[in-house]
Amino acid sequence: MYGKRSRFLTIMLTLGLAFFYIPMILLVIYSFNYSKLVPVWGGWSLRWYKELFQSAEVWSAVSLSLQIAVVNATFATALGTLAGLAMVRFGRFKGRTLFGGMLVAPLVMPEVITGLSLLVFFISLNQLIGWPAERGFATITIAHITFSMAYVAVTIQARLTGVGQTLEEAAADLGAKPFKVLTAITIPQLTPALISGWLLAFTLSLDDLVIASFVTGPGANTLPILIFSRIRLGLRPDINALATIMILVIAICVAIAAIIMFRQQRADLLDRQMAEREES
Amino acid sequence: MTVSATVSAAPWLEQEEQQPLVQIRGVTKKYGEVTAVDNVDLDIYKGELFCLLGGSGCGKSTLLRMLAGFEDLNAGTITIDGVDMADVPAYERPTNMMFQSYALFPHMTVEKNVAFGLEQDHVPKFDIADRVHEILKLVELEDFKKRKPKQLSGGQRQRVALARALVKRPKLLLLDEPLAALDKKLRKQTQFELANIQDKVGVTFIVVTHDQEEAMTLSSRMAVMDAGRFKQIGTPTEIYEFPESRFVADFIGSANIFEGRVIEDGADHVRVETEFCEVFIDHGHSVKEGSKIWVALRPEKIRLDKADAATEGANQTSAVIDDVGYLGETSIYKVRLPNGEVFDVTMPNQSRPTHATTRLTWEDKVNISWDPSSAMLLHS
Repeated sequence: MYGKRSRFLTIMLTLGLAFFYIPMILLVIYSFNYSKLVPVWGGWSLRWYKELFQSAEVWSAVSLSLQIAVVNATFATALGTLAGLAMVRFGRFKGRTLFGGMLVAPLVMPEVITGLSLLVFFISLNQLIGWPAERGFATITIAHITFSMAYVAVTIQARLTGVGQTLEEAAADLGAKPFKVLTAITIPQLTPALISGWLLAFTLSLDDLVIASFVTGPGANTLPILIFSRIRLGLRPDINALATIMILVIAICVAIAAIIMFRQQRADLLDRQMAEREES
Repeated sequence: MTVSATVSAAPWLEQEEQQPLVQIRGVTKKYGEVTAVDNVDLDIYKGELFCLLGGSGCGKSTLLRMLAGFEDLNAGTITIDGVDMADVPAYERPTNMMFQSYALFPHMTVEKNVAFGLEQDHVPKFDIADRVHEILKLVELEDFKKRKPKQLSGGQRQRVALARALVKRPKLLLLDEPLAALDKKLRKQTQFELANIQDKVGVTFIVVTHDQEEAMTLSSRMAVMDAGRFKQIGTPTEIYEFPESRFVADFIGSANIFEGRVIEDGADHVRVETEFCEVFIDHGHSVKEGSKIWVALRPEKIRLDKADAATEGANQTSAVIDDVGYLGETSIYKVRLPNGEVFDVTMPNQSRPTHATTRLTWEDKVNISWDPSSAMLLHS
């Protein structure tokens, strides 16, 4: 009985993992396909990678996406942190519930609505003050900040609630003025949340297709917009190569994060053991 | 450093000469409908080690946090060293606090943690190093100054927290359950250490605790708190030997409490009639003759003698042993009185109980008695 159930679980696990990863593996394999037609195997080759690196269009999309993602992540982290601090550390101020609701609204708002409303906003703004004359880097970045800031604020709120206020009180008790408490105690305490918030905002921006499509202008193609527009004309092997590179980059990032976390855990364990040994 | 020599041993008794360091007047704190601290008054003098003792939710921690400046007052005033604290933020108060969780900054070394407070006051660098070294020597942690809090044991962290709170030489040190996070053996040892350090540095301590033994060992004076109010304020001896209410008699140590009626109220004695015997007390109390009153007897102040026949007279009655508990250093006897009431009596086990015949055991008939000074009258 027990053996059967365990075999059933193994099969389900295998099927589940296969469902997730076989498409990706296929994508990687086909990126090395010499043939111009994706489903037809024409032998191993790096042809599409070469073509990819020679394409100015791809490079400019990569560069635009990265620039937007970095600026977005930085601003979203700064603003989201301030919003999180206001929610958790400023007690019950007037309109706190409304503010909290408005803060998380972008999380549940359909992207199409967010994109459309921002487009309408930018067009009216242009008519009113003449800016933005042209949509592109600035408008996409602003649009991304508005929604990714909400994710950062939620991350920061959770961390602030988790660490409690005692350390900040201790610092104030020792004579630290409010700004000093923020820089010397609160921010260092928030570091893990700040890093994960920044990375979250970065990936959200790098991923986004829908909102960017609404608020972009002629000539400003982010990577997702480029991929999507090329795929519309049919499967293309150079896009497979691009996707493979993206998978590789993400895999490396995850691996680095895992190694850092593992080392941290081991250091914590050693510290605890050392303290215990000395006590006895 | 030893300021204590110039400070009186009992400053609260010399109110003419001594100006209280802390004056709490009519302080009230409400959380919505709940009153955490209810219109309390208290004077604390320089050099005292004052304990606020009470169960959880009695308002003791709230009062401490109001002294530190973390909570606003709904009513009343707090004055420290003659200055009204109403508009003084926590970071400008002449107080430091030792937190129950220690609240050590995890990203700083022991040295940095201790120096943090001095840096805020812009003390010169070489002076900071000297003072940090001095205070770490006092708590015997010089060898650990490069460690992070995570790398320390519970007892070491407790001492870092104490050093960090003391290094600024505050006028008043507030300690929130300073020993609660330590295991029992370490706690007992640290109780005396804490009192010694207080004596050495001469800083006034206010300690919040729920542990009555801790309060008794540490304090020069203590206040027993319940439901946001002070039930009684006094030295440990006063509180233990002269409790004013049933709550205090029962909360501090244990007590057999029973009802009686005052039959004589003399200048130097009181006689109380109870259901099982007359209680004679050899000192005066201001009680009304004929009034109902509560009498309390500490278990260790009752004598237990094997006796078959009942003896007549005040402060004694016959009883039967209901139950015996052997606790090692003492034994606790549950004795049933003629009226059915059960008293706890504790007796030290001065000799090893080798001869079963001399030992008191279940269903033995006994005579219980106590000294005329032992019974305590409670007014509420």
